[in-house]
Amino acid sequence: MAEHATHDTHDEHHDDHQQSFFMRWFCSTNHKDIGTLYLLFSLVMFFIGGFMALVIRAELFVPGLQLVHPEFFNQMTTMHALVMIFGAVMPAFVGLANWMIPMMVGAPDMALPRMNNWSFWILPFAFTMLLLPLIQYAFFGVGAGGPAGGWTLYPPLSLQGGNNVAFTIFAIHMMGVSSIMGAINVIATILNMRAPGMDLLKMPVFCWTWLITAFLLIAVMPVLAGAVTMLLTDKFFLTSFFNAAGGGDPVMFQHIFWFFGHPEVYIMILPAFGIVSEIIPTFARKPLFGYQAMVYATASIAFLSFIVWAHHMFTVGMPLGGELFFMYATMLIAVPTGVKVFNWVSTMWKSSMTFETPMLFAVGFVILFTIGGFSGLMLAIVPADFQYHDTYFVVAHFHYVLVTGAIYSIMAATYYWLPKWTGVMYNEALGKWHFWLSTIFVNVLFFPQHFLGLAGMPRRIPDYNVAFADFNLISSIGAFGFGLAQLIFAWIVIQCAFLGRGAKATDHVWEGSKGLEWTLSSPPPHHSFSTPPVINDKDLAHGDVTH
Amino acid sequence: MNPPTDPQAAVSANNRRVVKRALLACAGAFFFCFSLIPIYTIYCEITGVNGKTGQISGEQPVLVDTSRTITVQFDGTSHSSLPWQFKPEVREMKVHPGELSSALFYAQNLDKQTLVGQAVPSVAPNVASIYFNKTECFCFTEQLLEPGEQREMPVRFVIDPDIPASVKTVTLSYTFFLNELATQRVAKEHSVTDNPAS
Ligand code: HEM
Ligand SMILES: [Cu+2]
Repeated sequence: MAEHATHDTHDEHHDDHQQSFFMRWFCSTNHKDIGTLYLLFSLVMFFIGGFMALVIRAELFVPGLQLVHPEFFNQMTTMHALVMIFGAVMPAFVGLANWMIPMMVGAPDMALPRMNNWSFWILPFAFTMLLLPLIQYAFFGVGAGGPAGGWTLYPPLSLQGGNNVAFTIFAIHMMGVSSIMGAINVIATILNMRAPGMDLLKMPVFCWTWLITAFLLIAVMPVLAGAVTMLLTDKFFLTSFFNAAGGGDPVMFQHIFWFFGHPEVYIMILPAFGIVSEIIPTFARKPLFGYQAMVYATASIAFLSFIVWAHHMFTVGMPLGGELFFMYATMLIAVPTGVKVFNWVSTMWKSSMTFETPMLFAVGFVILFTIGGFSGLMLAIVPADFQYHDTYFVVAHFHYVLVTGAIYSIMAATYYWLPKWTGVMYNEALGKWHFWLSTIFVNVLFFPQHFLGLAGMPRRIPDYNVAFADFNLISSIGAFGFGLAQLIFAWIVIQCAFLGRGAKATDHVWEGSKGLEWTLSSPPPHHSFSTPPVINDKDLAHGDVTH
Repeated sequence: MNPPTDPQAAVSANNRRVVKRALLACAGAFFFCFSLIPIYTIYCEITGVNGKTGQISGEQPVLVDTSRTITVQFDGTSHSSLPWQFKPEVREMKVHPGELSSALFYAQNLDKQTLVGQAVPSVAPNVASIYFNKTECFCFTEQLLEPGEQREMPVRFVIDPDIPASVKTVTLSYTFFLNELATQRVAKEHSVTDNPAS
């Protein structure tokens, strides 16, 4: 009975009739189409942000000022971060959530399909707004360019930049609205749309990590919105929230920003944890070690992420008690993070592994993300941080966790599910080339930055002491190598998604794949699970299905 | 439309509930963000974190603790927005806790127009700041300097004898900021009073 009702209400109008291009893509309410839009948007932003990074590394190739003005250089560092964080990493995860979560929990679509359409289509407008001052300046010589005060928007510097502040702030408001709508959709889908028999603790870990991420988003995106609103009124309406002359306090901005900012970095890594927890068991042909431990570790990381924010501000002049509290709380996060790393390693232990491209990226993630975690622990030590703060050591830290962490997981996910999405196998040889070139060059790019930071090279500067020349040269070579290697990725995606070139993928795609999404055809029908699937434990994702 | 038996309707009711709660949580978080402003200010006043100094005390007599001597250092900077020369008359002085002392700061307007400045004080170390009470300070009011005008400005303070024994040195630091609103107001008044004269 129940199955019938769902079936009838859902399939009637769309089945098999041809929609116009406009209707299909601009008015889409289909989770797969919206997922595709998100992922393509993210790919475009990844290349725009990457191009900015190459401008930075080109300028830093040798000491001295050669290619761009210092002011433009600062715009590049600021915009690179904003584009990568809000344009590449976050939308990619939302795209993956859109594609995978309904298929993983046996739902016909996201819970709120129309809101889903909104949350995607806000993004192109938000980023047009964000990039407009920069585009006007760089290509038409109009105005003074984009924001240049760093992605953290610290006042008073960020308020000295002219009217581009307003563009940036409204863009951030729009991205925030989009993220919040995406998060609400994920929560509603997971809580209300699961197929009968799909208990919460039978869900794939990816769904769990996204559920927790969605709660983080709802808790902190409004805080960011509030903080930038105060910046806006300080700049244009003569308030003094952060203006010392009027009785405000610029340090307070830093507190509010990082109260958002630290949970934000976990927003960018928890879904990555989920992806890796799907991929490793598949290629290790073993259930995930410690499924419940993974869930609880994720939840405790999310909780702890709210009480560590001031580790970004050790040098502002906090009382000793504060420094100690934030130091120990920060180190505490390493415990649940360590639990995860050990669980992945245990899953691989004595398993029969094969190393297809998704697995290569997942193993690369585990190793390289852990290096980033270690440098994070070094930064958490207060006296050490006084030395490392605002140096290239911090830059090295967060690029290990974000590039070889978040971005690697997105690449792994793409290779893992691309055959499912498109119905054709990607080119495995090219995939391996992509992995190995990326991994070699990403280390050439970021590892020397640890040494630069320890030697005292400050971040966000266009010129530097000749003493830093050698490592900068190496780092820039790595940057161009890594950037070029990503063209392979783009080509692989184009081959599968647009040219349909490649061997026909089977429904299961991988020998060891488990989970509801693999019970569907490759590519899946436009409307899947219109009738809720019957859940068999053997179909479920790797994990503790017997508890 | 028969809600109790129609699973589709039950799901949409659940969805509406999730949306409602999530939006409430968002509104709460947004509100929380703004409430951090007063919370932070009150927290800083109570604990002295961030160098916010103790209350503006009246001249109530306190016992002078001559057994202890504390070095008070003075520091003065003018913000880049304000073209003033600003510095303390003396770099440091020695005082007993409980003793009413005074120090002079010197400011000169180097600009060609009348400017109004606002000094913002800060005391280090943090633990000392709530025991550092000012009875009179040029930072309590706006300071107006005509072009080229110079002024000596006093600050009178008393250190609470309860100050922890570990504190041997206290630094009182001021930053002078441009008060844009007041400067504009003064410029307007000037042009009004100048016009009838000319
Ligand atoms: C073991 C876990 C981690 C620890 C102990 C840790 C610790 C720290 C500390 C102490 C800083 C401040 C350094 C400074 O500015 O002086 C920092 C910066 C940063 N961390 Fe982490 N971190 C960890 C994991 C992560 C993860 C997982 C991410 C993101 C995926 C991340 C992203 C960042 C970013 C983006 C910054 C720099 C922000 C900026 O100033 O622009 N960290 N980390
Ligand atoms: Cu952090």
